[in-house]
Amino acid sequence: MIVPRLALQSLLNRALTASLTVLAIAFSVMLLLGVEKVRTGARQSFADTISGTDLIVGARSGGIQLLLYSVFRIGNATNNITWKSLEDIAKHPDVAWVVPLSLGDSHHGFRVLGTTPDYFKHYKYRHGRPITFAQGEPFDDLFDAVIGADVAQALEYKAGDPIIVAHGTGSISFVEHEDKPFRVSGILEKTGTPIDRTVHVSLEAIEAIHVDWKQGIPMPGETVSAEDVRAMSLKPTAVTAALIGLKSKIATFRLQRMINEYPEEPLSAIIPGLTLQELWQLVGTAETALSVVSAMVVATALLGMVTMILTTLNERRREMAILRSVGARPATILGLLATEAGLLTLAGVILGAILLYAALAVLQPYVDRAYGLHLSINPPTYREWITLGAIVLAGFLAGLIPAARAYRQSLADGMMVRT
Amino acid sequence: MTQPSTRNEGEVAPADGTSDIVKMSDVRFRWPGPRSFSLAINDFILPARERVLLTGPSGAGKSTFLSLLCGIVAPESGHLEVLGTDTAKLSNAARDHFRAEHFGIIFQMFNLLPYGSIIDNVLLPLNFTAKRRERASQRGSIEEEALRLLASLGLETEDLHGMSTASLSVGQQQRVAAARALIGRPEIIVADEPTSSLDRDRQDAFLDLLFAEATEAGASVIMVSHEETLGSHFDRVLRLEDIAVATRSAAA
Repeated sequence: MIVPRLALQSLLNRALTASLTVLAIAFSVMLLLGVEKVRTGARQSFADTISGTDLIVGARSGGIQLLLYSVFRIGNATNNITWKSLEDIAKHPDVAWVVPLSLGDSHHGFRVLGTTPDYFKHYKYRHGRPITFAQGEPFDDLFDAVIGADVAQALEYKAGDPIIVAHGTGSISFVEHEDKPFRVSGILEKTGTPIDRTVHVSLEAIEAIHVDWKQGIPMPGETVSAEDVRAMSLKPTAVTAALIGLKSKIATFRLQRMINEYPEEPLSAIIPGLTLQELWQLVGTAETALSVVSAMVVATALLGMVTMILTTLNERRREMAILRSVGARPATILGLLATEAGLLTLAGVILGAILLYAALAVLQPYVDRAYGLHLSINPPTYREWITLGAIVLAGFLAGLIPAARAYRQSLADGMMVRT
Repeated sequence: MTQPSTRNEGEVAPADGTSDIVKMSDVRFRWPGPRSFSLAINDFILPARERVLLTGPSGAGKSTFLSLLCGIVAPESGHLEVLGTDTAKLSNAARDHFRAEHFGIIFQMFNLLPYGSIIDNVLLPLNFTAKRRERASQRGSIEEEALRLLASLGLETEDLHGMSTASLSVGQQQRVAAARALIGRPEIIVADEPTSSLDRDRQDAFLDLLFAEATEAGASVIMVSHEETLGSHFDRVLRLEDIAVATRSAAA
């Protein structure tokens, strides 16, 4: 047991350089583990964007495109689906609920989503968490709007404020539905999903603001006032997409096939979880690059440690000669230096993990609030334990470089060191 | 562990004051590498309990001689017997263990590990040999034995607690080194110019204390120095050039 004790005493004797080395390793380990946490957190948050929905239906298109516009509010639909098709699907015995989605308008760059109040009941995120209201309630009146947390924060809205929806999805729009202003009826709690950046109105409201429009522009001389529009039939003829919940998950593939083969209209149905995975694989390369960079930071820290030990070797030749004189074998000298490197790395790894968890504890609520990224504070996963073990092993092995040098020195020096 | 060919390790020749504990004849050794220094020792004998001063100018091969004697390096040829064991035939590991068990070594300067307490430094050899540890604990704990040795070498033990080795004077450091060499009563004390950094009075005092303890332990002392004036303390003074030939080649 002499070697670990000597190694520890030797390190304590050089406390300043040793602690700086430990700190460098700790920061690199913290970065590596942090990147891993953010990576898994981001993946989880991504996968948690939608849950509880069994199928998403839209016009015939690629699955990822459908997912992007219906869930992430990115891009546009190539076509709409007719209300009749949707009613057909809703009548299917396996279908428990259908929530139609109508997209195409915006408010200060935030997408406007026309839907039914069922949306707030059935849309779930992060393992089945429901959407909750921070202020107000779901839309009740035709010109009520429910806004996401980011919309409320960015535009400083509170319940009761009037808003004017713009036609089109750009952040700057020259064509506004200013004749039919909305009122904020409710503000949603932060979810960390695209819901936060969405203005929700009723399907009828979408119809209402477009009642006097044709081909995307207002019809001159055909203006219908907000009061008059209330008396009109506002049943939509088409929507952009729909979320579908099934009575039993077993029916998912059967219904998906049925919708994809729907004879009346070309439709696509996707299973959100599977398409989310497909989408994640597209961005997976960046994730790998991030891991590689942080692994290189760890390698740099270990290199710094090897340099630190190497630079002290010359002044430690006398120490090695003393150890040899009392009977230490050259292998003991080798073991001593490798153990020093191993202890430095171990201390770095432990400190790095402590720093990470401390940082997580402090930053987690902020990151969750600001970025909607939920970083879970869990004990290291099996994969992380393996990584940490590999770093300690790498540190020990890196320590063999100066150790081998000391070994050769102590063999060559004998008792002749006169430093 | 490889056992010595002539005796079991640890089983040494009786130190009855008459037997020779070190015998060297026709020993040849050359350092590997560019320094290419070689030493040929014709004949050397160290009787038990004898105190020998080995003198010689710088570069005469004194440290190489000690390295061979202590088994830090092995001769290329010749006969080298210590305590009845042909140490040249031992494996490297067995030779290191043999040194831990039977040798106490004091260097010229910087004898102590800069870390660990003074007591840790004294007890250092006991980490490498169980028999010497056993011998050191015959009169009590090994820590008590370390304190006893330090006291008898003139170090006030109560002052030593909490002191780092770096805060000791050179003379004090040499006494701690002497205590380390003596602990566990090794048969041979080897000293490589241990007094060269001390003034004459301190040299005499140090040698008197060292010899008193060595005599009590029944150990032989071989000390190298280029100061022949120290000879009066020793049973015998040998000039290295009388027993060995050093050769230094210009290139490897």
